[in-house]
Amino acid sequence: MANLTDLTIAEAQAGLAQGEFSSKEITEAHITAIEAARDLNAFVTETPERALADAEASDKRRAGGDVGALDGLPIAIKDLFCTKGIQSTASSHMLEGFIPSYESTVSSKMVDAGMVMLGKTNLDEFAMGSSNETSYFGPVLDPWKRSSDDQSLVPGGSSGGSASAVAARLCLAATGTDTGGSIRQPASFCGIVGMKPTYGRCSRWGIVAFASSLDQAGPMTRTVRDAAIMLQSMVGFDPKDTTSSEMPVPDFQAMLGQDIKGLKIGIPSEYRVEGTDPEILALWDQGVKWLEDAGAEAVEVSLPRTKYALPAYYIIAPAEASSNLARYDGMRYGLRADGENLAEVYENTRAEGFGNEVRRRILMGTYVLSAGYYDAYYIKAQKVRKLIADEFSAAFETVDAILTPAVPSAAFAHGEKSDDLLGMYSNDVMTVPASLAGLPGISVPAGLSSDGLPLGLQLITKAFDEETLFRVADVLEQSAGFTARPGEKA
Amino acid sequence: MSVDKSTVARIAQLARIKVPEEDLGALADELSKIIGWVEQLDEVDTEGVAPMASSAEDTVLRQRDDVVTDGDCREAVLSNAPKTTKGYFVVPKVIE
Repeated sequence: MANLTDLTIAEAQAGLAQGEFSSKEITEAHITAIEAARDLNAFVTETPERALADAEASDKRRAGGDVGALDGLPIAIKDLFCTKGIQSTASSHMLEGFIPSYESTVSSKMVDAGMVMLGKTNLDEFAMGSSNETSYFGPVLDPWKRSSDDQSLVPGGSSGGSASAVAARLCLAATGTDTGGSIRQPASFCGIVGMKPTYGRCSRWGIVAFASSLDQAGPMTRTVRDAAIMLQSMVGFDPKDTTSSEMPVPDFQAMLGQDIKGLKIGIPSEYRVEGTDPEILALWDQGVKWLEDAGAEAVEVSLPRTKYALPAYYIIAPAEASSNLARYDGMRYGLRADGENLAEVYENTRAEGFGNEVRRRILMGTYVLSAGYYDAYYIKAQKVRKLIADEFSAAFETVDAILTPAVPSAAFAHGEKSDDLLGMYSNDVMTVPASLAGLPGISVPAGLSSDGLPLGLQLITKAFDEETLFRVADVLEQSAGFTARPGEKA
Repeated sequence: MSVDKSTVARIAQLARIKVPEEDLGALADELSKIIGWVEQLDEVDTEGVAPMASSAEDTVLRQRDDVVTDGDCREAVLSNAPKTTKGYFVVPKVIE
């Protein structure tokens, strides 16, 4: 029998269906793996007892012939999703010990589909970060290391715990959330598939809010097919989220294994961002060739305002965050600090509860929303956002998908960018534009750097065209043939 | 535009976050750096462009039926409160 933690979702489904192993067996294998890999710090909360109970219930359902789409599959949930009866922290001291009395819509759908809940994965505090170094519960380690040294590397962020856990075979898959790249960037750093659907596909209800006009949940898996399978159980209209889409949901898997002959793939030269690792640019060129060899036509497209996406994002996201995080006042839930009067309780609670990056972003957001600066910064950024979205719309009149690098660099070492604020923010330079436009994007592991680290390529399609996204991603994945695993030094 | 220590103190007060005096200088430098960087947006001609608040803004805002859909869950609502009494949240004195 194959190692149960090495299976893809698709393989695990087949093995469970054929009775090769039980959910209990595959769950126990993952619990053992999690215990053995605690040095990665990928989980804030492990839930082995819940997982075993889920697995036994799944095995019973299977014996009765009634199984859901994710039945019996051990999966981890980013600790930004509220999970009923299980501590949900957003990796913040503010929410340490917070036990929701409700389940987020996305995780609830996955529970209904029969998933086995392994635990809650670590993240940057309130999803604000690109390295998972801002978590109150400590940094996460990337399971990958450079071939040239033994330094611990960051897994990316904010969904760093999910990415690390999937790459290290601690779970078959994990949920992530993506505001400016928080699924796609860590997926690239950890050599896995990370997919952000169109804004509105996944309900935001029960996900701790960061920047509501951008936040979107998505799957983090080891294959494109697994991403399609998992996404199917995450999406759908939800009346509890006013921005949830009523668009019909296609069968995402149906697009896999099809050819891409005649599809037009846009290549935007503006993504040749200064400072990008030359190896990544070479990989991008290789990616273009792969898709051409598969019968697609590469077309140059121009997205001239790409360079303004990141500064616009760093106005819009902090502005929304400062408003969203106003709810943490120490009154109804979460941390409450002492103080002489009400104002002091608020101020002390928020000083104690928020870490440095969250504080910085709240202050930045408060500033750009304050009287006298609102038009100059916030409205200006929203106008630039509109121009960026329009540029994508124009490009998608001539192309079916856009191929870009997912990140400007491979994973970096812990502490390497801690003192370089703008350098840290620039990690999201390739992913933020699609976020601002609300478009679906996927990071597919496509190669290794000369130092042995995984590098991802990103595909973007027009809104609600996840079908084309998966179709092209599948071909890209096959062409790249990425089989490298962390911990295997050449 | 650069941000000075008194501006940081003012926005911290607006954001209801106590910022120790010794942190103000570093925060002023960091925010000035970020703001200086985002000001490159001034290069973009946005004359006549409608600000975009969300990619979902073209969708029609739904209205639900005006019926009770939730309730009778006082214990659940209070379950994470720092302090409660007799089914109520307890908060610091608001009125002097």
